[in-house]
Amino acid sequence: MIIGAGLHGLATAYYLAANHGITNVAVLDKGYMGGGGSGRNTAILRSNYLTPEGVRFYDRSLKLYEDLAAELNYNVMFSRQGHLTLAHNDGALRTMRWRAEVNKVQGIDSEVIDPRQIKELVPHLDTSTDTRYPILGGLYHPPGGTIRHDAVVWGYARAADHLGVQVHQDTEVTGIDVTDGKVTAVRTTRGDIATGTVINCTAGWSTIISEMAGVEMPVTTSPLQAAVTEPVKPFLHTVVVSGTLHVYVSQTDRGELVFGASVDPFTSFSTRGSLAFAEGLAGNVLKLMPALSGMRLLRQWAGLCDMTPDYSPIMGPTGVDGFLVDVGWGTYGFKAGPVAGEAMADTVANGRVPEIIADFGLDRFSSGRLVGEKGAAAVGH
Amino acid sequence: MMQLSCPWCGPRNVNEFHHDGPLHRRPDPAATTVDEWRHYLYIRQNPHGVVEERWYHAAGCRKFLIVKRDTRTNTVIPAEGEPR
Repeated sequence: MIIGAGLHGLATAYYLAANHGITNVAVLDKGYMGGGGSGRNTAILRSNYLTPEGVRFYDRSLKLYEDLAAELNYNVMFSRQGHLTLAHNDGALRTMRWRAEVNKVQGIDSEVIDPRQIKELVPHLDTSTDTRYPILGGLYHPPGGTIRHDAVVWGYARAADHLGVQVHQDTEVTGIDVTDGKVTAVRTTRGDIATGTVINCTAGWSTIISEMAGVEMPVTTSPLQAAVTEPVKPFLHTVVVSGTLHVYVSQTDRGELVFGASVDPFTSFSTRGSLAFAEGLAGNVLKLMPALSGMRLLRQWAGLCDMTPDYSPIMGPTGVDGFLVDVGWGTYGFKAGPVAGEAMADTVANGRVPEIIADFGLDRFSSGRLVGEKGAAAVGH
Repeated sequence: MMQLSCPWCGPRNVNEFHHDGPLHRRPDPAATTVDEWRHYLYIRQNPHGVVEERWYHAAGCRKFLIVKRDTRTNTVIPAEGEPR
């Protein structure tokens, strides 16, 4: 039983069926498929993280994304345009050098480049030195890019469905029965289902589900807002990120510019956009690319992020037998969808935690072995 | 626009405030166990509904205040006797 029919839930269901032949799987969702974070993120993929655990993990995801269109027979429009993170101060540049070296050791194409190279790569960036936040350098990660996030969700859903998995939309989980420390059933608005295994893949809402099973989690929910402009001719062929200015920009195949920001600075389950966000975003984008001042925003939206203290996910078993979590996906859940699904399916099928997610267990918060990714995950999309 | 009512400064834009979250008590470092301490460090309440939480008026009077808010809608619930 998988709760949450987003990318993570559907990918887990697909790999359970495809890799392990387990097809008596149901995926429940209170809304519709891919209506949460899976359809609200800015669809950026990359693996240039800060810790070796993180880099290995996200790179496996990128490898799975590479072959996804063929595997699912669904055009996911993976555009490997390259990913550029800008440094506006010495601290950021130092972290980038650190990241580049960690990345290279793990065999990942990632290097620090100077403002002249940045200007060649993205001519529209203001690389002059007389701005409030001059660009000192950047971390360039050619394998990064963007993908069509809805297609990924639908591709997994269709492939899982063909293998016999059941997807129940509009089915809200209202309770989880635990007897003698073991999951026995899930109660929903459309009836009760007996099951011995439940995987919580509900991202922003995951604490509500975990609470039903009596599992405490170090997770808080905050909205993250994003926006999109009217379409224009292609001019931006790289994903551009600025941590200092809290913004990331990419151009879609249709020509719209997609902007994302950092999470709102307080916890909330509300997905309403705010004017403060649109104003702040526009100001920061113009600092990077002054030529965009005539462009118009088409719409803005928000998605819910389940933030953890160390900016790494929480995956694997919990204190309740049969209740597993795949949560704490904060602002980096979409790029990890395939590897998370693969690893969670492996965990359930073989009854043990595979090495690739061994460092991301819930128990790390009692052992103190955190996987600190804030330097590479916060505003790094 | 979301506004918070500061008891000293009156209604102000939420951007002026720093969110501190639901109150949780710090265990006595001399008497606590490792588990209790890590629980205090990492486990957070994430209420889906009305929550009583602390905010800090960082860009104003720099005082702390308690706010009652519904996290589903961000509606602020005025305290008893407080003007709406």
